[in-house]
Amino acid sequence: MAAVTLLETRAVAKHFGGLAAVDAVDFRLNEGEIRAIIGPNGAGKTTLVSLISGRLAPSSGSITFEGEDITRLKSYQRVGRGIVYTFQVTSIYRNLSCYENVALAAQRSLARGLVGSLFGSERAVAERVEAAIHRVNLTDRLDLPAGELAYGHQRLLEVAMGLALDPKLLILDEPTQGLSQGETVSFCALIRELAKSATILLIEHNMSVVLELAERITVMDRGAIIAEGAPDEIERNSAVQRAYLGTGDAEA
Amino acid sequence: MTAGKTGRIIVLHLAVIAALFAAQYFLPAYHHGNVARILVLASFAVGYNLLLGYTGLLSLGHAMFFAAGMYGAGLPLYYFDIGVIPAFGLGLLASLALAFCFGLLALRTSGVAFLIVTLMFAQAFFLATLYFNEITLGDQGFVLSEQARTLNLGGVGFSFADPTVKYNAALLLFACCMLGCLALVRSPIGRVWMAIRENEPRTRMLGYDSYRYKLLALVLSGVMSGAAGAGYALLFAYVGSTFASIQYSIFALLWALLGGVGTVLGPLVGAGLMFYLVDIAGDFTSSYLLVVGVVLVVLILWYPKGLLGSLRERWLPWLP
Amino acid sequence: MDFGPHLFLALLEGTVSAFVLAVTALGLSLVFGVMRVVNVAHGEFYMLGAVLAWWLTTLLAGSPAIGFGVALIIAPLIVGAFALAADWLILRRIDYHPESTIVATIGLLYIIQQLVLTFYGPDARPVEPPLYFRVSFPWFGYSGYKLIVVGASALLLLGVWLAMARTKFGLYMRATQQNQEMAQAFGVPVRRVYAIVFALGAMLAAAAGVLVVPIQQAHYLMGLDPLLLSFIVVIVGGLGSLRGTVVAAFVIGLSDGVISVFFSPTLAKIIATLFVAMVLVYRPSGLFGQPEEEA
Repeated sequence: MAAVTLLETRAVAKHFGGLAAVDAVDFRLNEGEIRAIIGPNGAGKTTLVSLISGRLAPSSGSITFEGEDITRLKSYQRVGRGIVYTFQVTSIYRNLSCYENVALAAQRSLARGLVGSLFGSERAVAERVEAAIHRVNLTDRLDLPAGELAYGHQRLLEVAMGLALDPKLLILDEPTQGLSQGETVSFCALIRELAKSATILLIEHNMSVVLELAERITVMDRGAIIAEGAPDEIERNSAVQRAYLGTGDAEA
Repeated sequence: MTAGKTGRIIVLHLAVIAALFAAQYFLPAYHHGNVARILVLASFAVGYNLLLGYTGLLSLGHAMFFAAGMYGAGLPLYYFDIGVIPAFGLGLLASLALAFCFGLLALRTSGVAFLIVTLMFAQAFFLATLYFNEITLGDQGFVLSEQARTLNLGGVGFSFADPTVKYNAALLLFACCMLGCLALVRSPIGRVWMAIRENEPRTRMLGYDSYRYKLLALVLSGVMSGAAGAGYALLFAYVGSTFASIQYSIFALLWALLGGVGTVLGPLVGAGLMFYLVDIAGDFTSSYLLVVGVVLVVLILWYPKGLLGSLRERWLPWLP
Repeated sequence: MDFGPHLFLALLEGTVSAFVLAVTALGLSLVFGVMRVVNVAHGEFYMLGAVLAWWLTTLLAGSPAIGFGVALIIAPLIVGAFALAADWLILRRIDYHPESTIVATIGLLYIIQQLVLTFYGPDARPVEPPLYFRVSFPWFGYSGYKLIVVGASALLLLGVWLAMARTKFGLYMRATQQNQEMAQAFGVPVRRVYAIVFALGAMLAAAAGVLVVPIQQAHYLMGLDPLLLSFIVVIVGGLGSLRGTVVAAFVIGLSDGVISVFFSPTLAKIIATLFVAMVLVYRPSGLFGQPEEEA
């Protein structure tokens, strides 16, 4: 089966003052894959992903999605194209119920524009909300204020919000951080399930999750991609080891 | 969001209007006039609250929208006697245009910068009403004749100087603003406004163009404030610069805060309570605005949610 | 008077108001910069300085010079103490939250203004200048006291600059301004710095009020214009930049003074407020926090 390119960045860069957080990166993502981005702190992973989702504007370079140049599109427009980002630090509406949280996402993907949202069907929204909540297993917490959920469940709520947007590319920024062992295992199962209908891009520090889920791994350090490939290749790559451990010794 | 809750909400708000309607037959003359005034000012506060309480944007410049409506209706009526309905329409148009143009510029900023931009524009507007005082008659203002303020419907003349007409017109204005606000905040648009208030970056990352929603909130808020201003001119006959001054922007904030930001009926409670507090204080001292200062400080220290907001938190979570 | 001398007079007037404005705006700028809050009651501290000066000079009716000298020292101290109380009772309790502070200081504005109205009354009352002499220019005589105001203001500005640059407290202030969390981690008593900075800002405004009262009269509403102008100066000059504040004060004070002499003061103010609004619209991130850059 030929790989179809879903997302491509060409020489995309982001400078903050004198610092190049992302330095002329060429990145390509194929449709349907589960890709993990790993690298030490400050490598530029979240910055790259923010450039892709539109939270940050690139200093130079271009980004293409489904063959179209999206470099000029604003973040909220990219969501409309199917690029969905879940925040590194959980960002939900703490004072609203879980239903309301996901409803905001569902409402957006069902109706276009201001006028459309005035006449949207509440039932269609409810159906989509319930489906998304069901997939992450939070149905029994539907009416609770989101701020009262346990941290792990808040993470799942974020994923549910992402799902309700009907994503083509789902970007998860450190999704298992703060989850217990058991929660992490269920989370991996969820991701594998989601990958059947969306492309997944994952930033992760938890190596076992990465090795469990990722079909391919991209390694970043100091704003650039230093390695890319299947998990076992990456494990053996000495440049990667140097970046993480500061040594060049290959481990058997 | 069950049907039962919606029913309860509609009944409550209609009951408030019915009670206000009935009250005119029981109120002594002095309070009769006061309540009419409170209703118009509360309409202003409802408009203000749309932006502050639901969308989360703090403005200190809403007096300019109120005054735009007031001058927009008052000036044509004073100079050309164009009739009540056209005058009101012009007032609405003036505040709409002002809110839209202002919003296009000001919404490029947020937070404290936005607040200062509203303050500066409103101040410039106020100064302009003083500068062009050949037309506007500055802070001395002008009075609209009773004849100009008579609405002719099907041969019958309704004079806004007549207390009954005044009261019911004020009530009609308030009812429209209040019910309009209720409908908006419970609609999908209202949901997005509240999402913007709670967490704007998140809302953008859900695909909403927050700028457009904020502009809509600002324009609707401005038009409602302008309607109140036009209403005030028509009902109380006086148009002057004071209504464009920062004092009235602060009053709108005060009424909304006291009654409860983010509640539909809060502005009515706040406007009414403050009106009487100032009225009573005025009997004791000429420094009655001290009450304003004290109330603001007390609210911000201990009751930031205001009266209805605190009520909602403790006992009535379904109150919109 | 011909145009030339008229312009010179306008420039002199502009210079005096620029210096007074610089001192007033500096107080607001310090509070903006270090505490990151807007003190809407700042103009009222200026007014309090003027009113207290009237009271003290009336009390010490003997020699205007001594009375004024006492006022110049005591009035700011009283206002400073009041500001400390306001900080402790109100601002600290709301944790210096930006929007709450604005509402609280609006309340404070009304309280101060109306209390002054109660005890001082609605009249404008003059205060005699401590020294009375005229400086004779070829075209007109000019009040010597106004030149003293310039000198005193310059001394105040210099004093603040020295304190910021050379003293330990000045170091604390600069550290807190740059990065509050870092400063706290390094042992800077941030809460105390806030309280003192707030008092200092108030004292500068009060001092400006004292200096100005022999020129204008003391009136309970006199704080509103300086507040607006100070806002304009601080925004145009840039948040936290003391140099920017002083430079902007001169630009705005001079142009306001000159325009007011030749054109209507109201028009000058309209232009100034719109200008400031547009500065904020097109450079909001330069003043209040990080830009939320988006594609």
